[in-house]
Amino acid sequence: MCLAVPGKIVAILDEDPLTRRGKVDFGGIQKEVNLAFVPEARVGDYVMVHVGIAISVVDEAEAHRVFEYLQQIDELEELNPPEAP
Amino acid sequence: MRFIDEYRDREAALRYARLIAKITTRPWTIMEVCGGQTHAIVRFGIDELLPPGVTLVHGPGCPVCVTPVELIDKAIAIASMPGVIFCSFGDMLRVPGTRGDLFSVKARGGDVRIVYSPLDAVQLAARNPDREVVFFAVGFETTAPANALAVLQAHQMGLKNFSMLVAHVLVPLAMEAILQSPNNRVQGFLAAGHVCTVMGYREYEPIAKKYRVPIVVTGFEPLDLLQGLYMCIRQLEEGRYEVENQYTRSVRRQGNEAAQQHIREVFEIVPRKWRGIGELPQSGLGLRAPYRAYDAERKFGVVAHTAEEASECIAGEVLQGAKKPTECPAFGTRCTPEHPLGAPMVSSEGACAAYYRYRRFTEKQVSTP
Repeated sequence: MCLAVPGKIVAILDEDPLTRRGKVDFGGIQKEVNLAFVPEARVGDYVMVHVGIAISVVDEAEAHRVFEYLQQIDELEELNPPEAP
Repeated sequence: MRFIDEYRDREAALRYARLIAKITTRPWTIMEVCGGQTHAIVRFGIDELLPPGVTLVHGPGCPVCVTPVELIDKAIAIASMPGVIFCSFGDMLRVPGTRGDLFSVKARGGDVRIVYSPLDAVQLAARNPDREVVFFAVGFETTAPANALAVLQAHQMGLKNFSMLVAHVLVPLAMEAILQSPNNRVQGFLAAGHVCTVMGYREYEPIAKKYRVPIVVTGFEPLDLLQGLYMCIRQLEEGRYEVENQYTRSVRRQGNEAAQQHIREVFEIVPRKWRGIGELPQSGLGLRAPYRAYDAERKFGVVAHTAEEASECIAGEVLQGAKKPTECPAFGTRCTPEHPLGAPMVSSEGACAAYYRYRRFTEKQVSTP
C-alpha cells in the first residue's frame, strides 16, 4: 500500500494548486501524476509517486550516499580488523 | 540513475552483509514496520544474508491487514446498496468480513471497482452524477495526502455524490503499542520510508528516547534495507538509541510540509480499532467537521455497526511481530491467498502472503522458542 515508485517529470501539464499535474516517465511508461504536494518540482526532476500523487522530489546527491556510506565503512573496517576472540 | 536497479546490486549487497556480520556480537531482534519492506526482505532473501542471531520480525505496516472486520462489513453493506459505485484498491476486495468479501458483492452484481488512485474515484463521481461514488480510504500516512486531496478536489468541484469510508491509521501509535506489550521482543526498528517521506521523523525521536530503542528510517530496495540494518545493529552494539535516516534521497526530517498541511485541513486524529490489536487512542484519521458531508459511514447510516473477529487466524500476533506466519497451524493449508482466513494472507503487503509466495516450499514449520 505504501509503495512509491520513482519517475522522471517530462512535462508539466497544469499549474493550478490542487490539480497541478505532470507527465512522468517510469522507465519508458508515461503516466499523468498529480504534483500538488511537490510545488518545487520541475521538468527533469525525479519524484516518488504513490497512488498517482508525487510525495517527494528525489534528492540526487543523497541518492548516491548508500554507495558512499558502504565505501566509507568498508574502508573503516579494513583499518580496524576485529579483535581475535 | 533510475533509483531502482542501482539499489539491487548483488556485490554491494554482499559487502553490506559481510559488514553486518563483522559488527554483530550478540543476537538482536529488529522489526521492519512496513509491509512493503517485509515483501522486499522475503523476496530478495535479505534475512538469509544476516548472521544467525539477527532476527527480523514483521510489523503492522499493512493497512489492509489492520482494517477491522467491522469496517469490511460496512464496506460490504454500502457496496451492496443500489446506485452505489464502490471504489477500492485491489487488495481490499478479498479481505474476509463477517460474511463474504467485496468480491462476493461484485459477483452478486454490485458495482465494485478497483481504482489506482482516489483521484480516479473523484473523476468517476464527476462523470456519473446520478450515482453515489464511495471510495474505501484505507492507508497509513503515506496515502493520507492523496485521500485529503481527493476530498478537497470533490469539494472544489461541488460534487455531492462522492464520499469516503475512512479507515486511516497512524504508525507511531502502533509502534508504541508494540513496545508496551509484555510480549515485546523488538529491540530496534526500521521505520517506514514512505510514511516518513510524508510525515518526517520528528515524532519518532521521543519514542526512541522513551523506550531506548534505535529507529532507522529505511527505504525499500535491498541496499536500503541492508544499510538500514547495518545502522540499526551498529546503534544496538554501541548502546545508542537514536533516530537515524537511511532513506535520505526521499525523507527529510520535517517531511513533506505541503502534504501535512492538506492532511490537517481535511482530517483529524481519532481513536481507531486495529484488526487483531484492538482499539488504540489517537491512532487513526477521520474527516474533520467541515468535510463530514463526505463521510460514507454517516451518509449511508452504517456508523453503529460492530462485529467480532472470529476465526483461528493469528493475524494480531503476526502483526505485532510476536509470531512468524509459518508458526500458524493454518498457514498454507486452511489459509491460502485463494481462501484466506485473514487479511495478512491477502494483501500484497501482508507477511503471510509474502511467506506463502516466496517461502512455502523452502521454509519448514518453525517451533516457537
